[in-house]
Amino acid sequence: MSGSTTVYVPRDAAALSVGAEEIAKRVEDEARKRGKAVEIVRNGSRGALWLEPLVEVSTANGRVGYGPVAPEDVTSLFDAGFLDGAHHQLSLGVVDDHEWFAKQDRLTFARVGVVDPLSVSDYEAHGGLVALRKALTMDPQAIIDEVGASGLRGRGGAGFPAGIKWQTALQAQVGQKYICCNADEGDSGTFADRMLMEGDPFALIEGMAIAGLAVGATQGLIYVRSEYPHAIGALRAAVLLAAESAILGRDVLGSGRVFEVEVRVGAGSYVCGEETAMLESLEGKRGVVRAKPPLPAVEGLFGKPTVVNNVMTLASVPWIISHGASAYRDRGAGRSRGTQVFQLAGNVARGGIVELALGVPLRDLVDGFGGGTRTGRPVKTAQVGGPLGAYLPSSAFDVPMDYESLLAIGAMLGHGGIVVFDDSVNMAKQARFAMEFCAEESCGKCTPCRIGSVRGVETIDKIVAGERRRENLELLLDLCEVMTEGSLCAMGGLTPLPVKSALDHFPEDFGIESVEGSTRGATA
Amino acid sequence: MALLHETDFGTPASTSGDRVGVVVDGLSVQVPTGTSVMRAANEAGLAVPRLCATDSLEAFGSCRLCVVEIDGRTGTPASCTTPCEDGMVVHTQTPKVEKIRRGVMELYISDHPLDCLTCPANGDCELQDMAGVVGLRDVRYGYAGESHLDAPTDHSNPYFDFDASKCIVCSRCVRACDEVQGTLALTVEGRGFASKISPGGLLFLQSECVSCGACVQACPTSTLQEKTVVQLGVPTRTVLTTCAYCGVGCTFKAEMRGDQLVRMVPAKSGRSNEGHSCVKGRFAFGYATHPDRITKPMIRETIEDDWREVSWTEAIAHASTRLKEVQAKYGRNSIGGITSSRCTNEEVFAVQKMIRAAFGNNNVDTCARVCHSPTGYGLGQTFGTSAGTQDFKSVGSADVILLIGANPTDAHPVFASRMKRRLREGAQLIIVDPRRIDLVKSPHIRAAGHLQLRPGTNVAVINAIANVIMTEHLYDEAFVAERCEDDSFKRWFDFIVRPENSPEVVATLSGVPAEEIRRAARLYGSARNGAIYYGLGVTEHSQGSTMVMGMANLAMATGNLGREGVGVNPLRGQNNVQGACDMGSFPHEFSGYRHVSDDVVREQFETVWKTRLQAEPGLRIPNMLDAAVDGRFKAIFIQGEDIAQSDPNVKHVKSGLESMELVIVQDLFINETAAFAHVFLPGTSFLEKDGTFTNAERRINRVRPVMAPRNGKQEWQIVSELAAALGYPMHYDSASQIMDEIAELTPTFKGVSFDLLDRVGSVQWPCNDERPLGTTTMHVDRFVRGLGRFMETPYVSTDERTTRKFPLLLTTGRILSQYNVGAQTRRTENAVWHPEDILEIHESDAALRGIADGSQVNIASRVGQTLLRAKVTDRVPPGVVYTTFHHPISGVNVVTTDFSDWATNCPEYKVTAVEVRPASEHIQIEPEEVAPALVRMAKQIAENIPAAGDASQAIASHLQRFWTVQMRTELRTYVASHPGEFSAELVAALDQVH
Repeated sequence: MSGSTTVYVPRDAAALSVGAEEIAKRVEDEARKRGKAVEIVRNGSRGALWLEPLVEVSTANGRVGYGPVAPEDVTSLFDAGFLDGAHHQLSLGVVDDHEWFAKQDRLTFARVGVVDPLSVSDYEAHGGLVALRKALTMDPQAIIDEVGASGLRGRGGAGFPAGIKWQTALQAQVGQKYICCNADEGDSGTFADRMLMEGDPFALIEGMAIAGLAVGATQGLIYVRSEYPHAIGALRAAVLLAAESAILGRDVLGSGRVFEVEVRVGAGSYVCGEETAMLESLEGKRGVVRAKPPLPAVEGLFGKPTVVNNVMTLASVPWIISHGASAYRDRGAGRSRGTQVFQLAGNVARGGIVELALGVPLRDLVDGFGGGTRTGRPVKTAQVGGPLGAYLPSSAFDVPMDYESLLAIGAMLGHGGIVVFDDSVNMAKQARFAMEFCAEESCGKCTPCRIGSVRGVETIDKIVAGERRRENLELLLDLCEVMTEGSLCAMGGLTPLPVKSALDHFPEDFGIESVEGSTRGATA
Repeated sequence: MALLHETDFGTPASTSGDRVGVVVDGLSVQVPTGTSVMRAANEAGLAVPRLCATDSLEAFGSCRLCVVEIDGRTGTPASCTTPCEDGMVVHTQTPKVEKIRRGVMELYISDHPLDCLTCPANGDCELQDMAGVVGLRDVRYGYAGESHLDAPTDHSNPYFDFDASKCIVCSRCVRACDEVQGTLALTVEGRGFASKISPGGLLFLQSECVSCGACVQACPTSTLQEKTVVQLGVPTRTVLTTCAYCGVGCTFKAEMRGDQLVRMVPAKSGRSNEGHSCVKGRFAFGYATHPDRITKPMIRETIEDDWREVSWTEAIAHASTRLKEVQAKYGRNSIGGITSSRCTNEEVFAVQKMIRAAFGNNNVDTCARVCHSPTGYGLGQTFGTSAGTQDFKSVGSADVILLIGANPTDAHPVFASRMKRRLREGAQLIIVDPRRIDLVKSPHIRAAGHLQLRPGTNVAVINAIANVIMTEHLYDEAFVAERCEDDSFKRWFDFIVRPENSPEVVATLSGVPAEEIRRAARLYGSARNGAIYYGLGVTEHSQGSTMVMGMANLAMATGNLGREGVGVNPLRGQNNVQGACDMGSFPHEFSGYRHVSDDVVREQFETVWKTRLQAEPGLRIPNMLDAAVDGRFKAIFIQGEDIAQSDPNVKHVKSGLESMELVIVQDLFINETAAFAHVFLPGTSFLEKDGTFTNAERRINRVRPVMAPRNGKQEWQIVSELAAALGYPMHYDSASQIMDEIAELTPTFKGVSFDLLDRVGSVQWPCNDERPLGTTTMHVDRFVRGLGRFMETPYVSTDERTTRKFPLLLTTGRILSQYNVGAQTRRTENAVWHPEDILEIHESDAALRGIADGSQVNIASRVGQTLLRAKVTDRVPPGVVYTTFHHPISGVNVVTTDFSDWATNCPEYKVTAVEVRPASEHIQIEPEEVAPALVRMAKQIAENIPAAGDASQAIASHLQRFWTVQMRTELRTYVASHPGEFSAELVAALDQVH
């Protein structure tokens, strides 16, 4: 061996935000100063954001971690001999053995933080391209059957079975079809898509190529939000590398099949994460929701059959194809199969990525992995499933995190984001924020969302101010019904979810004892 | 009738042939597959509340008022965006959906002014209606919240206001602009509650808006509102009538309040326009009540005298006495008249009848002479009749559209919108035009080819296209074998494959690269449905008739005739060009295009008209003017045409008029021609007329009066009285009696009557026993003449050539907001868009001459010069300049020459050699020696009639058919005195005619 030591310093945006760039520079400088041969790999993040910047050193025993590393720690790390995996006060031991990682079940995120994101050979060394090679030997129907049998559902939030969507697109008798990856990850408190795109972009590309083979699409587009410059950079670089390696192009892995991918950047609209608004935006129009039907799988981008799937959905496909549908299906609960990449955020001690089989109790995530609040105060609530998700009181934290169980208690899994709040939060403010968020981000097409969200803010303000409280509460509930039942898409349709859950579980924050008691006898 | 409310089914009709059955509120209804639940409910007689849906636009699903419940489905889907499925059970009125609707309406009204009682749309507002329908009783949000009530009103458009405070952001206006009009001038700016309708961030007047009115019509509130409604109030009754501008012939609902016309709204029932309109028809009707209107007859002794208002009795007596005097002094053939394409069929028929029966000669011509006479000749020769082959709707099935010498977005906007819709659906467009018209590239439109040819080389280019199709074997052998003449095809085939017609040779003549010609030819030649549309850029050339035949050849060779989506279609400039031609306005033809020399036909007319008629053709307009200058033609009756502005070489026209002893003008305004008149008979505007117009698709539409004639008489009445005063008893009680006479005497009109039109709306001729409801597509199983006839079309370059002195070619056209000589549109607010005619000149030509953009320039041809403002542009190629002739002050036709089409005398407006200089530089014009018009024409005829076969006989037949005896005699004299100057065929031909 050359005597060179491999040091991993993440280039993930979350790591960069806490100084990873400076760490990488200092490690390099310090090694040069000390005459140590060091190869720095800029990997993705392992997802333990509370440990970032997490520096790893490759040793005979495995990758030994140190974190969170501050710039001034670098000298002492060298002094302590971290290049050999020696002990330091920031030592985490062999990362794979660390409890926080060891307890997870990483399928989709298996390579994230492990590999060099822009190395095709590293990707292959960690199981990459196995699935694509296999898929190239399979009948389109066989691929779809496999995905269908795995039980994979849309991880963007809607939870629609991927196999059925693909089947619809396969059956459309039209020349041009598209695979559109929805990477407009706009939910507050979610970051799984970004971390995968930065940390393992080839997995997404491979998943898209397999989807293309399955439905007969030759063109893929990734719609990534402009707020993700690092992901955009990683994807663009990966697409170029994939083309050079014939993973993409006119002759995918020498098969004669065609699949190409283009990276497209959004323009700062939350609604463009809604699939039809995203398609409008991809067509160069205003990001406004389309009415369905027609479904995108029948008439999507430029009116052609289009599979729109979230990053997590598509990135899960290679694992399913290479390991077989049953291996995936064996995980999970009820009709929620496989794993979910949960994202712990907000006021939480140990935030980050937790990939586990669906069905894990929320409490295990918040209190177990998350370790409670960062402030140390008691947990009051967690909002599950993004800004349109329900606020659950800690008393409800035993709920299994799967689609059906959450639905049963008036909540939803969404994209798997969990935002934790301590007991200092005012839920009337949070309810108002939900309406405000909707007013800010509504595309403005349908009336309930366009006007209703504004009136929602105003009405909550009146309730909080004690103005005709009973009548305004009644009005707010009516408005929630109009928005839920009448809105064109989930933006307006789900905004009442956080509002009503806040009202139901924390009426005191609105100055009322209970919703029922407060509206009883109000004029119909 | 009371105010006509046309049923709005909410979403467009499905064209599917399959049907599904659904049950809506217990009523079973069968609808075509793809029909929305909303439309199905409407067809069952159940109106689902709605605001963003209207059946001219695709379903949008934004207002959420139309939610319904469907058995077996969760939630409350919008009925507009939900297609019917077989067996579906729908409930449109349930407590759940009613609550949602009330809730949605409550939100709407929480951001809407509460000024219904003083709103211009009070009583004509869908928002108001729906608030009632859903039972809104209270707005619990109050009105203190965030709102748009202070949003400003944009008054900039002369015809409508945009009051943003009343907008409900349903996007109907935006979608109408996109889907119906195809201009895409409107958008929604911002998002969420800040969403607002915007003409691209500008005021309407500064924006790309073309004021077609589609947005105003689509608006469910008073947000986009006609200013006339604001001023006059909501209309109370409807008169269904036909627009009097271009040849599209849109059906309008003239909406009245008492006797006052409030607005013109395009009718969905109108088959040519199907609910769409343009700025002219929709808004520019104010000229009818303009103070410039002359409503009393006037006479004067000389054109230097002042006009003297007289009674109708005196005017008619004076005119008839003078006409009789002139005839007594100079002979029966010394007088004649011109019919107008602006007038009704009945009015035109009356004038030509007066001339043939009361004047006793065939000196009748029409303004179609100067626009579409080559269409009549060319289509007559090849197909057997003078008419477009399709209806407008047909373009919706075309796959490749060949657009030649036409600019429909300006001149035929409503048809252009249909075409653009088809292009957005994926049809390909090939444009043949020297100028880059908007359709070459505009939002969502990009022509597959633009053959930017040198003006005057149309025939060369169409021949080259045919050459490619024949040499590359892209033609339809089966169609040719079955439907066309074998011998004429073979002769034409041998002609067209000759190297002189190859793209490579034609490229050098036309300036169009050979590859572009080939590409266009292959596109058209391999289209499933190839359709040709053309305008005056085809006809107004020295080879206009040849070009029409060239296109007809192409369509026959490729089998693009006799079904939807194909054909050869003239875009007629004026509302009733087709009708004026049909009505026997040409000097050689009775109504229905039958030659005056046909004894059987003539005797039929003689029997009905109870008088003897001439068997020899009369004079055409240019012949009349030539004869006037020569002192042989002394009096003229001009019905609604301003030849002193619209006809070429105005100097010559004016000297012709000056030479006459009596000029009778029947018109709305004192126009340029009236300056030379001795009798002025005030006419009626289309708003006063009772009769029919025939549009470019042969569609006979009713014109119904919305006001009493301001002059006191219908025009046919005046003409009848004049005829009677001349000694020929002519009387009708009504316009419908005239149509009955037309039907009696014209086989293609046999089934037409006002009664039929009032019952079925409109019919396309031929309408007879065989086709009692008219004919949508011509030549379906056979051509009118039997077998299609291929005509050889040798390219002959025009005599009008650029020289060192006149190095540029001037070509002319129209602009959207103005119409023809502008007599009407200049007297409306349309003037804001086009206050003057502009000369477009390429930057290289401008730079060479030191001409700055926006500066005044002097433009001169060998016959005259005038001043125009220059626009430096790349719309025209180097060497070509372009202008319009809407303003008399520009005097564009001072510059154009009297060169014309060899077969029909249609002037060559589209090619004039000119020089352009800064206004300060005078251009010296020395009169050039030009051979007499007759001689020039004779030579043109000899060149254009191919030498193959018996050329002399063909020439003789042409001279016999179209020329007067006098003209032939003059030519014979000239030929005799100029031996060796003429071809042997022509000399021989002259021996064969008398």
